[in-house]
Amino acid sequence: MKDSYPFPPWIDRARPLAGAVLAVVPVYLIALLYYGGSPRTTDVGYEPVQPIPYSHAVHAGVLGIDCRYCHTNVETSAHALVPPTQTCLNCHNQIAADSPKILPIKESAASGQPIRWVRVHDLPDYVYFDHSAHVSRGVGCVSCHGRVDRMERVQQVERLSMGWCLECHRNPEPHLRPQAFITRMDWTPGADTSIGAKIRKQNNINPSTDCSTCHR
Amino acid sequence: MSSVAFPAFDNTSDDPTVRAPLTTPGQNFQTITETVCRVVERPRPPLGWYIAFAIAVAWTGVFFLLVVYLVSTGIGVWGNNVPVAWAFDIVNFVFWIGIGHAGTLISAILFLFRQKWRTSINRAAEAMTIFAVICAGLFPALHVGRVWVEYWLFPYPNQMGMWPNFRSPLVWDVVAVSTYGTVSLLFWYLGMIPDLATLRDRATGTVRKLLYGLFALGWRGSARQWHRYERAYLLLAALSTPLVLSVHSVVSTDFAVAQLPGWHVTLFPPYFVAGAIFSGFAMVVTLMVPARAFFGLKDLITIRHLENMNKFILATGCMVGYAYALEVFASWYSGNQYEWFAMVNRAVGPYAWCYWTMVFCNVVVPQLFWFKSWRTSPWRMVLVAVLVNVGMWMERFVIIVVSLSRDFLPSSWEIYKPTWVDLGMLAGSFGLFFTLFLLFCRYLPMVAMAEVKAVLPAAHGSGHRH
Repeated sequence: MKDSYPFPPWIDRARPLAGAVLAVVPVYLIALLYYGGSPRTTDVGYEPVQPIPYSHAVHAGVLGIDCRYCHTNVETSAHALVPPTQTCLNCHNQIAADSPKILPIKESAASGQPIRWVRVHDLPDYVYFDHSAHVSRGVGCVSCHGRVDRMERVQQVERLSMGWCLECHRNPEPHLRPQAFITRMDWTPGADTSIGAKIRKQNNINPSTDCSTCHR
Repeated sequence: MSSVAFPAFDNTSDDPTVRAPLTTPGQNFQTITETVCRVVERPRPPLGWYIAFAIAVAWTGVFFLLVVYLVSTGIGVWGNNVPVAWAFDIVNFVFWIGIGHAGTLISAILFLFRQKWRTSINRAAEAMTIFAVICAGLFPALHVGRVWVEYWLFPYPNQMGMWPNFRSPLVWDVVAVSTYGTVSLLFWYLGMIPDLATLRDRATGTVRKLLYGLFALGWRGSARQWHRYERAYLLLAALSTPLVLSVHSVVSTDFAVAQLPGWHVTLFPPYFVAGAIFSGFAMVVTLMVPARAFFGLKDLITIRHLENMNKFILATGCMVGYAYALEVFASWYSGNQYEWFAMVNRAVGPYAWCYWTMVFCNVVVPQLFWFKSWRTSPWRMVLVAVLVNVGMWMERFVIIVVSLSRDFLPSSWEIYKPTWVDLGMLAGSFGLFFTLFLLFCRYLPMVAMAEVKAVLPAAHGSGHRH
């Protein structure tokens, strides 16, 4: 019953094409999900506009102000502390005090309303990250935040994914530095490859990879 | 349509000198095609189909509404709680995955052993297998609670830098069940291609022509196609055969690897496999007896086919009875007070009625199949088969819930009670199963026409007396 056959004759020639599509489409979809869904794609490079065009490149880079001048509690508490307006005014009630860029800071100081900075490095709520545990034992600021001293506007340079955390928890030595250089953005271990191991031994660093270490 | 029954026809003889006919007399290639295709091609199914389908779909609806309630509220709507953290969810999972063992046994192992009687029942049994695996897979998938991260069960490279714990039998379970589901589906579909081509060639409407044509994959029945087809079928049969034994063995390690008294038994893998085949055959009998009557397939699915399955039920039922006895013996012989207590608790504890229901249904009732009158009477065998399935569900309840409810520390003992959601989902899973099976009966060839034709005497030229 040839007449009743519902498919046109060229369908036979389309079959290899269908095979090729069936082979390629899953590979394409998997690759798309894998790279498109990766935090490398979705999160790295996040650079929100801030309410005040504050430049880390000028303050931390050109002027060389230590990170801890503003982020005071970073060595002792879980949070790095975003500075209050008054910290800005320590200098800016003298320097460029009449600049229109400083105006919102003065307003904030007068009204008592803090400036609403936009958070750049935002971990999920079920992750309990502690700055002090890392900073006080040899993990420098630059390891997670990148060269903030070169950023006009702060952007996220690392993935901040669980796999990224675990890379360091499983092998911390390449990321350890002496406490004296903890905020130095340009410090490198140089040729001395043993320094990480030394600091690890000295600080007794055995990072846990149990679920409850970060998910309490 | 009533079937063309031959009341005097009896092919249940055990005389080894005569090859028993596997169809009623007078069947030829054309009548087989007519008998099977008629079910699919008649404009309307029988009234009974509509009634059964309405009930099944209603329960499927209940099931999925309860799934929505469960996922949106949390698994606290089930009765599970410490110490009985696994209850109806896992009981139903093991029950359904066990049911799903008969299809592949019939289609793969009996194929390799050249058991020609498999041809009339293998298609429906395989369909039943796939639907049972679907029902089975839903329960562990739901019981993880956060269904939106279900894909974490599978090992894949991910941003968390984490793998599932490969030492855990729960991971083996995911692999075993998904492999089994995939291979069963492929095997079922491959075997159906020639029959789908028959339906395509006979189809009258455009939609039917297109759909059956699409799934027949351009089958024309050339010698080369048959050659390739039979090779592929043999290979898949060989691939499925170890799966029949491995899947329920892996499921049993979910329990046997734990140290809980009542679970920690080396007997579990073969015991579970025997139980799975036992319950699977019981479900095939439960489905085939009404199906062959409603759809006029009595000429192809004869009493001999049913009797053979009942013999399987008797044999595996005895194996299961032996396993029950050995479980008691092992716990006594272990000299371990917790192991022995777990056994005593089953027999005389608060769930004793479950244990004795299980023993009665699984060990005592199948003994009726020693009598030929029980093996060959359709309604009596359905009674036995239904009781066997009740017993096998009870067996999983006894193993899982009763063991968990009273473990080492009396201070942590708790009695488990199912909630209405538990009961609704159990009934709903039956609704889903029967919905799928009824759709299969209506739209796909229920009997492997090509294979039944191959076991007719005419296919072997015996009519010519070479």
